[in-house]
Amino acid sequence: MSTVPTVPGLSGAARRRTRAIAGSGKVAVVCLIVIAVALLVAIIGSAVAPHDPNASNLNNSFVGPSAGHLLGFDSQGRDLFSRLLVGARTSILGPAAVVVLALIAGVLCAIVAAWRGGWVDSAISVVMDILFAFPGILLAVLAAAVFGPGLTAAALALAVAYTPYIARVLRSAAVRERAREYIAAGEVQGLSAWAICSRHLVPNVAPLIVSQGTLLFGYAMVDLAAISFIGLGVQPPQADWGVMVATGQPGVLQGYPAESLSAGLCIVAVVVAVNLLGERLSQRNEEQR
Amino acid sequence: MPDVVLEARGLRKEYGELVAVDDVDLEVREGGSLAIVGESGSGKTTIAKMIVGLTAPTAGSIVACGRDRSAPSRSARERRRRGSEVQIVFQDPYSSLDPRQTAEQALDEVLRLHRGGRQGGRAARELLDLVGLDERQGRALPRALSGGQRQRIAIARALAAQPRVVILDESVAALDVSIQAQILNLLADIREETGVSYVLISHDLAVVRQITDEAIVMHRGRVVERGSTAQILDAPQDEYTQLLRASVPRPGWKPERRRRPEDQGAPA
Repeated sequence: MSTVPTVPGLSGAARRRTRAIAGSGKVAVVCLIVIAVALLVAIIGSAVAPHDPNASNLNNSFVGPSAGHLLGFDSQGRDLFSRLLVGARTSILGPAAVVVLALIAGVLCAIVAAWRGGWVDSAISVVMDILFAFPGILLAVLAAAVFGPGLTAAALALAVAYTPYIARVLRSAAVRERAREYIAAGEVQGLSAWAICSRHLVPNVAPLIVSQGTLLFGYAMVDLAAISFIGLGVQPPQADWGVMVATGQPGVLQGYPAESLSAGLCIVAVVVAVNLLGERLSQRNEEQR
Repeated sequence: MPDVVLEARGLRKEYGELVAVDDVDLEVREGGSLAIVGESGSGKTTIAKMIVGLTAPTAGSIVACGRDRSAPSRSARERRRRGSEVQIVFQDPYSSLDPRQTAEQALDEVLRLHRGGRQGGRAARELLDLVGLDERQGRALPRALSGGQRQRIAIARALAAQPRVVILDESVAALDVSIQAQILNLLADIREETGVSYVLISHDLAVVRQITDEAIVMHRGRVVERGSTAQILDAPQDEYTQLLRASVPRPGWKPERRRRPEDQGAPA
């Protein structure tokens, strides 16, 4: 764990451009609004959906928007707007679960490695380096093969795959904090390792934990959508934005792209908003140090 | 003669091939004050870390308040007990306080650990008062305070555990001269009021003279001279101590500039 990596996926130039955009206060406000709306829809989407998202009527196949059906119907005659609203739950809460699990495991590994140092640090580094060798999607495919397709297996696999990214970045910050004298003062006072880590070490790296979590949320959303797209995540007919992008493919070929396009745009909007907000939080964290 | 509150015998610390501290003996009496003097890298801070338990000695023994502390503590109770015997104030006031904790919170945490929180905010206010800080400063985060004020909080936090010995590891070195004087006066007052003993680690001989009675001089991990502070500073016996003494700038002092070998044959 000698180098500090960044979250995968962005080149240096792209990252600099993203940071410049994210630095704007107005952009941050827009991002917060997009995320708040997405969260609200994820929570109350099922309750406010105007139609049953799984009720199909082949007579309505690929029928366009009308007064009672804002986005029209998909290939099986299901109301697209209702499916978008209901699909928000798995599309938002799935990545959230991935990020929470990866953060718990990553923070634990980073703090133990930084606190104990020596062979414990080396052993955790080796395990993280091994995990780095496995792409998240590959782990999700393996999990689906072992446990069967579904959101739970995919989310667990992605959480395992993302843990080293969190652990590596946080470990560097935790080692820096560990070397500061207020930590040594706590040890001399007689505070337990748990008390020092939970009251001092973790709170002082918390801004980094939050910014890493938001950055990873975007990647988790895209990866889970991709897993659903290849049929190993959320299973049809359950509504999910990734599933909708996949099942809308025949419509795209026939000139009815509404299903793939609407779900794809929702994914892009939330991912961009979360990533820009994550960059904003990273910037603030760096400025405050 | 007052009781010995801190005693180290045959202290040695090795880092691989490097011997940082070799065969060091020291003794601090109740209410006494010992200076450990020497240049950077002479092993002063390593001794402090061994005494407070931040690093384990390779050999030798450390006894504080009659109890051995050479080996790492094994229980929470032992850790707390050691904390109430010897405390340390570090050099850098900017990194020795948790940036997210106010002075009151820092003191409260120590008070709850060592006194069970029975005295609550009153004890914290008394400590702040002892080190000359008001309530507003007590509620401020470290970043809103000056270096001198932060060091006062660090001193108060060390005293909150009611230790018998406080180690001052270059504790005024990062402060400007006027603040140094204030902190040294404060330390002298606290010693008079509480009877606490000091181990002052410093390379600054003027600071050493102000608050210590005894001194040891260290060079390359070994003690080269020991005695009363006045005797060591006024009539140093060892050659290294004499060099250390002579290197202190004074009025009319002109440091002798050594010529580099490549300048020897160069035209003027």
